[in-house]
Amino acid sequence: MKPRAFDYVRPDTVAEAVDILAEYGDDARIMAGGQSLMAILNLRMAEPKVIVDIGGHTAFKGIKVANGFLEVGASVTQNELMNWPDLAKTSPLLAKALPWVGHFQTRNRGTVCGSLSHADPSSEIPLSLATLGGEVVLRSKRGERVVAAEEFQTGMLSTSREPDEMMVAARFPIAANLKRAAFREVARRHGDFAILALAAVAETDTSVRLGIGGLADRPVATRIDASSKSAIADALGTLAWELEGSDDIHATARYRRDLLRRMGPIVIEEAISCAA
Amino acid sequence: MEVLGKPLVRKEDAALLSGRGRYADDIAEPKRTLQAHVIRSPHAHAMIGRIDARAALEIPGVVAVITGEDIAKISDPFLVAVKADVPQWSLAVERVRYVGEPVALVLAETRYIAEDAGEAVEIEYQQLPAIIDLRAAREKTSALVHESAKSNEVHTRAFTYGDPDAAFKAAHKIVKMTSEFPRQSFMPMECFVVVSEYRPADDSYEVMANFQGPFSTQPVMARACRVPGTRFRIKTPADSGGSFGIKLSVFPFMVLCGLASKIVGRPVKWVEDRLEHLVAASSGPNRITEVEAAVDKDGRITALKLDQIEDYGAFLRAPMPGPLYRMHGALTGAYAIQNLSVVSRVVMTNKMPSALIRGFGGPQMYLTLERLVQMIAREMGLDHLEVIKRNLIPAGSFPYKTAAGSLFDSGDYPRCVELATGGGRLEALMKRRDDARKSGKYYGIGFAAVVEPAMSNMGYLSTLLSPEAREKAGPKNGAVSLASVRVDALGAVSVTADCVVCGQGHETVLAQIVAEQLGLRIEDITVNLELDTANSDWSIAAGTYSCRFTPGTAVAAHIAAQRIRDKLSRIAAKQLNVLHTDIEFVKGKIRSKSNPDNAMAFGRVAGTAHWSPIMLPDGMDPALRETAVWAPPELTPPSHDDRINTSLTYGFVFDMCGVEIDPVTCEVKVEKYVSMHDAGRLLNPLIAEGQIRGAFVQGLATALYEEFVYDDGGSFLTGTFADYVVPTATELPELELMHIESPSPFTPLGAKGLAEGNCMSTPACIANAIADALGVENVQLPATPARINAMISGEEPARPAHVAPRQGIASAGTGGAKQKDARQIKGSGSVQVSASPEKVWEALLDPENLKSVIPGCHALEVVGPNDYRAEVSLGVGIIRGRFKAQVKLTDLKPNQSGRLGGSISGPLGNSSGTGLLKLVPDGGGTRIDYDYEVAVFGKAAAVGGRMIEGAAQIVISQFFAAFGRKLGGAPEKKSLAKRLGSLWGGKGTTK
Amino acid sequence: MRRVAKDTKARVTLTLNGKKTTGEAESRTLLTDFLRHEIGMTGTHVGCEHGVCGCCTVLIDGVAARACLTLAQAADGRSVETVESLTGLDGKLNPLQEALRDHHALQCGFCTPGILMSFTDFLKRVPDPTVEQVKDVLGGHICRCTGYQGLIDAMMDGAKRLRS
Ligand SMILES: Cc1cc2nc3c(=O)[nH]c(=O)nc-3n(C[C@@H](O)[C@H](O)[C@H](O)COP(=O)(O)OP(=O)(O)OC[C@H]3O[C@@H](n4cnc5c(N)ncnc54)[C@H](O)[C@@H]3O)c2cc1C
Ligand code: FES
Ligand code: FES
Repeated sequence: MKPRAFDYVRPDTVAEAVDILAEYGDDARIMAGGQSLMAILNLRMAEPKVIVDIGGHTAFKGIKVANGFLEVGASVTQNELMNWPDLAKTSPLLAKALPWVGHFQTRNRGTVCGSLSHADPSSEIPLSLATLGGEVVLRSKRGERVVAAEEFQTGMLSTSREPDEMMVAARFPIAANLKRAAFREVARRHGDFAILALAAVAETDTSVRLGIGGLADRPVATRIDASSKSAIADALGTLAWELEGSDDIHATARYRRDLLRRMGPIVIEEAISCAA
Repeated sequence: MEVLGKPLVRKEDAALLSGRGRYADDIAEPKRTLQAHVIRSPHAHAMIGRIDARAALEIPGVVAVITGEDIAKISDPFLVAVKADVPQWSLAVERVRYVGEPVALVLAETRYIAEDAGEAVEIEYQQLPAIIDLRAAREKTSALVHESAKSNEVHTRAFTYGDPDAAFKAAHKIVKMTSEFPRQSFMPMECFVVVSEYRPADDSYEVMANFQGPFSTQPVMARACRVPGTRFRIKTPADSGGSFGIKLSVFPFMVLCGLASKIVGRPVKWVEDRLEHLVAASSGPNRITEVEAAVDKDGRITALKLDQIEDYGAFLRAPMPGPLYRMHGALTGAYAIQNLSVVSRVVMTNKMPSALIRGFGGPQMYLTLERLVQMIAREMGLDHLEVIKRNLIPAGSFPYKTAAGSLFDSGDYPRCVELATGGGRLEALMKRRDDARKSGKYYGIGFAAVVEPAMSNMGYLSTLLSPEAREKAGPKNGAVSLASVRVDALGAVSVTADCVVCGQGHETVLAQIVAEQLGLRIEDITVNLELDTANSDWSIAAGTYSCRFTPGTAVAAHIAAQRIRDKLSRIAAKQLNVLHTDIEFVKGKIRSKSNPDNAMAFGRVAGTAHWSPIMLPDGMDPALRETAVWAPPELTPPSHDDRINTSLTYGFVFDMCGVEIDPVTCEVKVEKYVSMHDAGRLLNPLIAEGQIRGAFVQGLATALYEEFVYDDGGSFLTGTFADYVVPTATELPELELMHIESPSPFTPLGAKGLAEGNCMSTPACIANAIADALGVENVQLPATPARINAMISGEEPARPAHVAPRQGIASAGTGGAKQKDARQIKGSGSVQVSASPEKVWEALLDPENLKSVIPGCHALEVVGPNDYRAEVSLGVGIIRGRFKAQVKLTDLKPNQSGRLGGSISGPLGNSSGTGLLKLVPDGGGTRIDYDYEVAVFGKAAAVGGRMIEGAAQIVISQFFAAFGRKLGGAPEKKSLAKRLGSLWGGKGTTK
Repeated sequence: MRRVAKDTKARVTLTLNGKKTTGEAESRTLLTDFLRHEIGMTGTHVGCEHGVCGCCTVLIDGVAARACLTLAQAADGRSVETVESLTGLDGKLNPLQEALRDHHALQCGFCTPGILMSFTDFLKRVPDPTVEQVKDVLGGHICRCTGYQGLIDAMMDGAKRLRS
């Protein structure tokens, strides 16, 4: 398990990074925390020609609140965000979701933007971004564009990022009606990728955003009429079949659907019962 | 007792805590050593075709690529214990028989380069049907794993003890069940490491490896290399990163690297990586047991019938089929059952070979027996614990001779049960159960009673031969242990012994044993356990396995230390002018008991033996070195009526646990676990507890987490630590340990083995608790949430009429609940194009067009009518690999339908599949409907875990989408996720 | 901008256990291989090379991280601390190491260096952890031998010893 050969580049600025991406396109790969990419390289399951290492670089750091968003820079690690003192107040959903992302040791290096770029269908951070209706900022030599979460992740490990683009930031909405949040997941072990992950945000006492990870090929977020138990059950019953899920070595599609039907009401209830 | 029996902290730890361990890969290798990389089979069963290494040998730094043909020329197949023609060399010859089987060895200057070259070696395979399912393998019509063996069931023997037929006739009730034990491994954290060097001068091999024994395999290795044992020298390093039985299975690689070194004339080093280890290192055997019990009206078992069918995978490696016979004498467990019939069967399948694993046959056996006892209670309306108690071997009946010949040394089983369930423990659990059930939760209580054998009788395996065959071959029995104690001229004491370090604290315990005899501290004793077959004391039983250390090696050390003590006493007695019976050893002094002031320093007395032979008592040899051989007489060969005392000591474990099953998530939570042990005298309680806790978590893993998963095509699906789920601290339940000590009368130390018991008892105990919680008969292990869900969730709510089934993937995966299904990825889809069916047909047959729509196609070559070879680069997101593809169109019905078949192969693995295309005229255009079936083999299947099916679907839909676009396809319908997602009124993309 | 072409070796200079250290590495060389085979510090172990087992955990710029998921090139100019930094030349163990020994929290010792490094980082941040927090951090490691209880007890006790 040793990687194939590649060129290694560690840029000093964002401009240098996007220059390299422009030059090599799909043959170049950003390495942020390396917590997914390095494992894939060690297994020889990818064939990039150039690795562009932005890990730990101060030029890409920064957590800030602006324009109704919590904005997280490209090399901000999951632990840096988790330990950011204002997180629970600013984005209760992220504060509840981040402890589920891997382990203390992987969060020390794994980045928020790296997780979004990697686009694993079971990941907690893309699920949170989708549930909150956030967006990502992509930069290339051609300029910068902002892409909404639902346009960004297009499928399993797939996004609408162009090969010459780098994600420079992720923006998580922090509006007042997004503070009553709940998060639950089931995995074979704590720290594993979720079999099913659910994020809920109660916008009002009767309307809840529900994000579902691990069932479809990407996180799916929808608004649920939470006015009655039966309305919730109906909505979840339909969603379970709409998303259907698939079997893998850890769980059956059937189990995933059952989990959604049984755990959904609990997470929704938890979000509603959060103090505003 | 000054030091023995005390919970002393370990001598080993200071180095290991400081990064100063000396593990196999830490040791500097000889100069000019080449690094090896093993190329492995992606297929479960295939003929090996052409192996083309030309491109690999072009890579700078690559020295050689060695194949099975090269190996077969200079070596013989490994010896096998069973009389069956199942030859195995250290590389596959002609045919591969399991995923991960070594096919070729690349030697290069660095491991990185060796792996590069591995990808450049082209190997052709002709796939054969894979034999995976154990039941199917036994059918008459099954294809054969080894044609030369003429059957997949390569060994069958039936045994009868007492009069089971009469007991079954007289039975009040007969209770039957089938138990299935899964494939798994206890997975040491350090993988295999080998450094081999061939010395042409004397045609000898020198091998350093983290091998653990049994050294009965040393002659097997030497024979394979066609040299006498003295010319196959094995050295083990000072430290080892765990073994649990698994590190026996490094032995074929010790031979392989030796032979490779002979071929290239340089030392060869190989370090196994985790992917290799998971896919192909070693597995515990899976077993199906059909069992029947004859029971009297009180729930007493009067007879047992067992049919044990054990799956050894593709090869039988020495000393297999150990797990099937190691428990033979103790097959009736902790119960007084004197009528027994048993059939033992060895079956070959296309899976990785099974070998040694902690518990070694015990986990399989006790899952059956202990589940059976619970079933008896259930079927007779009796209390489970009561049925256990009524059947236990009564106190006071030791030594107890079992039906099949074991001689249980000591114990008080009923007392252990009383103590463990007493003290309010069971009451508390019952209250928990009542409360939980009242509030609508699932809660169950489980028990398991287990006799834990230690130090195997080397003769047990010969039970598999008929008495006549045994007669001819000569008796096999015993278990020889050796240890040496030396004292130098300044009184420094050192110990060597025939066990191999695997982390159990042998160094500390040996120091305790010797220090105890010599009145010293453990700091005064130096222990060296780097075994070297060229100059250590060892015999074929050497090694670390079957808990032989405590009843074996430790006793040898004790005897050697006693002899040194005796010798020193006599020397001192002469100098102190007292009788040697008046001598005692206290705190570094040797002195007169009656007059403690009459004393000499330990070192002074020892020095006499070296410096002043003249001062020794008459007839005494100078120097101070004693090698003791311990070979207990109780380990006799199998008798004429097949009774065999399979082990020397027999400890007892009684477990009790309470589990709660979450009705929402179906997760099983072990709330409370009590484990009661009687392992005779404890030599170091701290180390004993560590062993038990470690075994417990491995038992927990068997019950709830770990399983090697194969699909029906033989693909291996659990190739990473994300797929093969080893529990961590966050999964740890509360464990309460209890002990009583019934010393073994058969060893001078009175100590028994204790490190394997919970691997045997814990899976059964948890399975029983789950059965109790859910009121079910069958509990398949590991009891994953998906499996529990399948047991309790009943019919699924129907799909609402307005929700159409999803297009595309409709796979029969292996997910938890139905792991027996094939992992054929099936799916369907359709694309709408504006071109007419005729135009579509034309495009389909046009190579240029195909080239532009096959995803990632670099080159396409026409090799026949509608038959193509292509180079493609396929993947999803970051995951990407290069493949050679073959594509063929058949069953052509012009303008209507055709079959697209093909296969791809590359370093990422292989895949083959077919798709049926139908062109349906639709408006002015065409709807192309497609159905496909794809199978995935090799690395992609092993590590693709959660994503492989989705990935296959994406690649296929990429093809059709591109095809559609070419022909004026309609834009993709907005996906569900997008429809739902845009509810937030997201901004889409902004510049 | 640091650039290393494939198949070439470049000098990697880092502060290793407080000392400036230099070695050669290819662009693709893993930090584990660099530490073990180029520098010769074999205390950092390799158990999986895909980030799950935790055997290879070291401190990079003070935080616990997987060396197997780090390129040697990425360590250039950074500080790396390995298990070898914990014991003095006189062989004296630190309070955390002593706690592990006293609680029999290691058997084969293969997982131990990584676990020590994780907790060297964690206990600096959270000197007085709960059992749940300790289990959570330990959850990033696999130990096949001990059954974890000794490790949990050792970390709770080690934290106490470090505080006093
Ligand atoms: C043991 C273990 C357990 C884990 N468990 C979980 C879990 O439970 N949940 C979970 O969500 N994740 C989990 N992960 C993965 C998570 O840790 C990774 O952090 C995350 O997926 C990727 O972040 P990264 O910064 O490490 O990205 P990298 O691995 O460096 O990159 C991942 C991908 O994103 C691309 N990329 C990264 N940054 C950018 C950017 N700024 N612009 C463009 N492309 C970019 C890379 O090119 C690469 O393709 C686990 C990992 C490990 C090792
Ligand atoms: S070797 Fe790095 S985490 Fe396993
Ligand atoms: S002590 Fe052996 S793996 Fe932890």
